[in-house]
Amino acid sequence: MAIVIGKVTRVLGPVVHAIANAKVQMLEFVEVGTERLIGEVVRLHGNQIIIQVYEDTTGLTPGVEVYGSGMPLSVELGPGLIGTIYDGVQRPLTEIKKVSDQYIHRGIKAPALDRNKKWSFEPVVSPGTIVNSGQIIGTVKETVSITQKILVPPNISGKVISIAPPGEYRIEDKICVIENGQVRRTLSLFQRWPVRQPRPIKNRLSTSQPIITGQRVIDTLFPIAKGGTVAIPGGFGTGKTMVEHQIAKWSDADVVVYIGCGERGNEMTDVLTEFPQLIDPRTGQPLMERTVLIANTSNMPVAAREASIYTGITIAEYFRDMGYHVAVMADSTSRWAEALRELSGRMEEMPAEEGFPAYLPTRLAEFYERAGYFETLNQENGSVTIVGAISPPGGDFSEPVTQHTKRFVRNFLALDRDLANARHYPAISWLDSYSDYVEMVTAWWQEKADPDWAELRQEMLDLLQKEAKLQQVVKLVGADVLPESQRLILEVCTLFKNVFLQQSAYDQIDTYSTVQKQAKMLRIIVSFYRISADVLRHGATLYKVKRTKTFRAIKNMKYEISNDEIDKLDQILANMTQELASLSRPNF
Amino acid sequence: MSQIKKINEMNKYDQAELLKYREYIGIQEVAGPLICIENIHNVGYNELVEIRDERGEPRIGQVLEANQSAAVIQVFEGTTGLSLTGTAVRFHGAPLRIPVTQEMLGRIFDGLGRPIDGGPEPLTNEFWDANGESINPTARTYPTTFIQTGISAIDGMNTLVNGQKLPLFSGPGLSHDRLTAQIVRQAKIVGREVSFAIVFAAMGIKHDIAQYFIDNFRDAGVLENVVMFLSLADAPSVERLITPRSALTMAEYLAFHENMQVLVVMTDMTNYCEALREISIARGEIPSRKSYPGYLYSDLASLYERAGMVDNSTGSITQVPILSMPNDDISHPIPDLTGYITEGQIVLDRELFQQGIYPPIALLPSLSRLMKDGIGEGLTRADHAHLASQLFAAYARVKEVRALASVIGEEELSAVDHSYLKFGLAMENKFIAQKETDDRSIYETLDLGWKMLSLLPREELQRITEEEAQQYHHYQNENE
Repeated sequence: MAIVIGKVTRVLGPVVHAIANAKVQMLEFVEVGTERLIGEVVRLHGNQIIIQVYEDTTGLTPGVEVYGSGMPLSVELGPGLIGTIYDGVQRPLTEIKKVSDQYIHRGIKAPALDRNKKWSFEPVVSPGTIVNSGQIIGTVKETVSITQKILVPPNISGKVISIAPPGEYRIEDKICVIENGQVRRTLSLFQRWPVRQPRPIKNRLSTSQPIITGQRVIDTLFPIAKGGTVAIPGGFGTGKTMVEHQIAKWSDADVVVYIGCGERGNEMTDVLTEFPQLIDPRTGQPLMERTVLIANTSNMPVAAREASIYTGITIAEYFRDMGYHVAVMADSTSRWAEALRELSGRMEEMPAEEGFPAYLPTRLAEFYERAGYFETLNQENGSVTIVGAISPPGGDFSEPVTQHTKRFVRNFLALDRDLANARHYPAISWLDSYSDYVEMVTAWWQEKADPDWAELRQEMLDLLQKEAKLQQVVKLVGADVLPESQRLILEVCTLFKNVFLQQSAYDQIDTYSTVQKQAKMLRIIVSFYRISADVLRHGATLYKVKRTKTFRAIKNMKYEISNDEIDKLDQILANMTQELASLSRPNF
Repeated sequence: MSQIKKINEMNKYDQAELLKYREYIGIQEVAGPLICIENIHNVGYNELVEIRDERGEPRIGQVLEANQSAAVIQVFEGTTGLSLTGTAVRFHGAPLRIPVTQEMLGRIFDGLGRPIDGGPEPLTNEFWDANGESINPTARTYPTTFIQTGISAIDGMNTLVNGQKLPLFSGPGLSHDRLTAQIVRQAKIVGREVSFAIVFAAMGIKHDIAQYFIDNFRDAGVLENVVMFLSLADAPSVERLITPRSALTMAEYLAFHENMQVLVVMTDMTNYCEALREISIARGEIPSRKSYPGYLYSDLASLYERAGMVDNSTGSITQVPILSMPNDDISHPIPDLTGYITEGQIVLDRELFQQGIYPPIALLPSLSRLMKDGIGEGLTRADHAHLASQLFAAYARVKEVRALASVIGEEELSAVDHSYLKFGLAMENKFIAQKETDDRSIYETLDLGWKMLSLLPREELQRITEEEAQQYHHYQNENE
């Protein structure tokens, strides 16, 4: 990268104008000035080019040179991604720390993937095999839980001329030569891919599998499908980041890509200290061994924030191409949209709503459409699920980012200020949220957990709706004037909210609930309602129902019964019928 | 004009020397706090600029936009008295740096780090870039050390942690200054003999408020541990933009270079944001919500994110910024964006204030995000988390009961609802309210919290465990 392509004429924060004196491509990756600050060409006009620079431009003077690379902004994909924390343009932050103490100085270069580390490679093809794009030529066991499959890059196919024998290789070592007609291509353990271009797939498939997050309100009330798109909007302090963290920790995705986009530095530190200590319940390995982190904290350069989302999703697509199910956490997409707005403003573009550029919905759509359940080029199934947090100004969901996102996501988990104020976490509103995936995953739930799942779920939702209406009456006249049958609804809903919907992220047992535990808890609470309603009709009083051992057992079941003691839940169910039935006897 | 000056200088100095002291006479435009200068060379973005008016009085500015032969400069001391032909502009070739040394403790400086207490310039070789750099998230240490402020509503419910950024959201006339002064006086790390160094940044506040803080620090005997950066209400508004940066640079030096525990108080952030808006509009930028610039979030983050701890130092920066919510509106862009960046907020409430309750801390909208990792066994006490959660839930219920009582009358309420009313009053008058001299230990605060819960029957408490209930909860009901 030494070809001078132009000279800087104007510096406006992260936006730099230059005059080109050589060929420049749109979205070309460039370096600016003596410190070689990295950037991307975002507009061409005659011989004028506009560059967005991913580093602080303090001290940059007009007249310095711009160096071209001839290729778009790309990421390196190969062994070494897992467990690494990158900045928005895939610079490894741990490596950067080694050369520049606690601060990120400008102009630091470090390769995204470790060039010296040796990986144990096992070939799966032999010379003479015809391979296509996306086909596996060998494997590298990257962590105990993740085996990287080394893929033929998209747009390359042909006959294998040579393939390296099993052994230890660095990522730049030549491991395979492919011949197609006259053209010979040498492959190594890693490949590059431009971040703004989706990696090719064979087919889009429809999805019927849920992604299990272990969070009851999500899995049971508003399930997420593998390959789905989810938005989590909420004002500050309503717990967006906590929900994202909980999904990143406990979801049954194979790989999690966590993008901290314009959020707090300490939150990334929290992930970095906590994840290596947490054990993935499915693999028994530290959670860090399936996680890739992208961090562009709020005080890091704004242009890199715009790029961080694309860096993250491209890495996710790479693992999807290996046949993995990947979950992408983007916290927060509002900061990304604001980065777009800032850059757009500095380029003096005409603004649309609230200063956001007119292409905001297009960009959002492009991003969310990179999610889905796919047949990969290698004819395997893989998926990318996107969970995007939104930080609406003033907690007002009518603002442009929330409104446009709503058009492109099918699962909407609205966080509620009043719930958060009462420290009801996760503060997901059961009245404003929705999931379009319920029907798709019903069969799965009924097979794995409870044959009546859909019915029980619907009954509970109906009760919550009724309760919301009753609460309006209660606000006017108090609960005491309601008949016992309606007060029972209030009691059951309170119970459901406290026991089922509210879930403590800090409690050892409660932080994660298996599908079986969730389904059983749902059945217990709905059964409690049905039986209580019945005994109330036969002379029992609500006061007595609330004094039962069953009522107390239900209240404590989430903390006291762990995921592998499902039989204790069955016990509650069995005792309930007996104890409640005794209340309706007229002899007391 | 500027060309002639340059040629004259060429004769005196060699080329390199000339580049070092590029000085031009004559500017092309003055617009509010901005000046525009043309026919210049080699000017860097964000570079420090020295401007002298016709009488030779120096002012300091910063390059906002660097073009090939022109630059836009913001002048921190304002542009009053500058003329187009008589103004001399000298470029320093480096961003603004302020002197930092431990000897600055006990001194008072203006927003740009120049002494205004009559004392001499601080003697040091350390000059640090006021804009700071972003901390690598992998170099941060996650804050978990509890700071005891002696204030129940904070310690018990919204615990402050060493290295946290926890702003006070206040309104005009509320007692935020008294509360801040009390926090500064009482803050301590239990079990460690640590005294906090205090960095105080004042942006656009009145002289008497600054004096109030100075007197307070003196009375508490901590004045020797305080560095003050004052840009008061009568100082040019642009100076407010650099004041918190100077203060935070000082704080970083003390914390990460001298390994001290630093408490940064910045007041009033609203004035800072107003100054930012003023500059943005003067530059003709596309405005965002309420005409604040679209980069208000990033700009505030570049201040607030300078709190925390790093792994190669034992020091820490804890920030307590104060902002007054315009019209008491928490959804106004300034508190809103602040809340998105800081690790929680302490919200002051006008209703409590008018009832004479000090400190008027509104429990429900207040939040400390780092509380979860700073409390519990070994840090405060094992029951702290459940107790706080239960107090929040119960107090949220009080609000509902009060709303109901205002419709149907108190007499019509059920017995349980009555106990909630009693609990609510006790919370406000005994738990939240305390004297300015009242320095409660964390154990006193927690025991007081349990005393409050004892006004409610056990069945109402769903967030505490059976053992905790047995140990601490003693239901008092005169009816039984």
